[in-house]
Amino acid sequence: MEADKKVDCVGLYCPMPIVKTAQAIKEMLPGQVLEVIADDKGIKSDMPAWCDKTGNECLSMEDAGDEVKVYVRKSQ
Amino acid sequence: MSEPEKMTIIVFSDDLDRALAAFNLANTGASFGMDVTMFFTFWGLGVIKKERVERGEKGFMQWMMGLMKRGSAKRLKMSQMNMMGAGTGMMKSLMKTYKMPSLPEMISLAKEQGVRFVACTTSMALMGLAEDDFIDEVEEVAGAATYLGIASEGKVNLFI
Repeated sequence: MEADKKVDCVGLYCPMPIVKTAQAIKEMLPGQVLEVIADDKGIKSDMPAWCDKTGNECLSMEDAGDEVKVYVRKSQ
Repeated sequence: MSEPEKMTIIVFSDDLDRALAAFNLANTGASFGMDVTMFFTFWGLGVIKKERVERGEKGFMQWMMGLMKRGSAKRLKMSQMNMMGAGTGMMKSLMKTYKMPSLPEMISLAKEQGVRFVACTTSMALMGLAEDDFIDEVEEVAGAATYLGIASEGKVNLFI
């Protein structure tokens, strides 16, 4: 999937991937897609929870070896 | 988005592990867009103390208490396995290995994300602490009524 912005959170643990996601999304326009790469497996449930709470869209999550790639679309 | 949800955390302890948990939660809440307020009371005031605190108006007992419990984020100890500082040192080393932010870094991050830092006036009076004795992140002092006013509308209220 194509992303407008990428955030590398490999090696970072909760809450850093989510905090970095929130900071990155703030600087993006509605409709844009953010790619987050993380290796803390907690992101698989943290990101949907964050998206649910903030109203952003969790598009997909793919396993890429030891890492997880998550795509989030900014809603508003 | 409508009104942000409120979250409050009472920080009563000055243990490093507890302070880390408190700031972890505060930062996560802030990343959700929640309105997070942290109330530092009793030993929790130690978390927000400056590294160097002046004697100022402190009475003898208060000054002594301050010397025994110097606090400040860099000097806090683990609630368990401190082992005269060795355990805390090992924990900090592990955190560095795993690229986990230190407590001072978590504090700056929280401020950056808009978390409110409030110091309890009663505890301040007891310990002879003044606003000047706290780090810059602390911009407000208040009492329990202020806390309850916010907490009564809070979605998440924690006592750490």
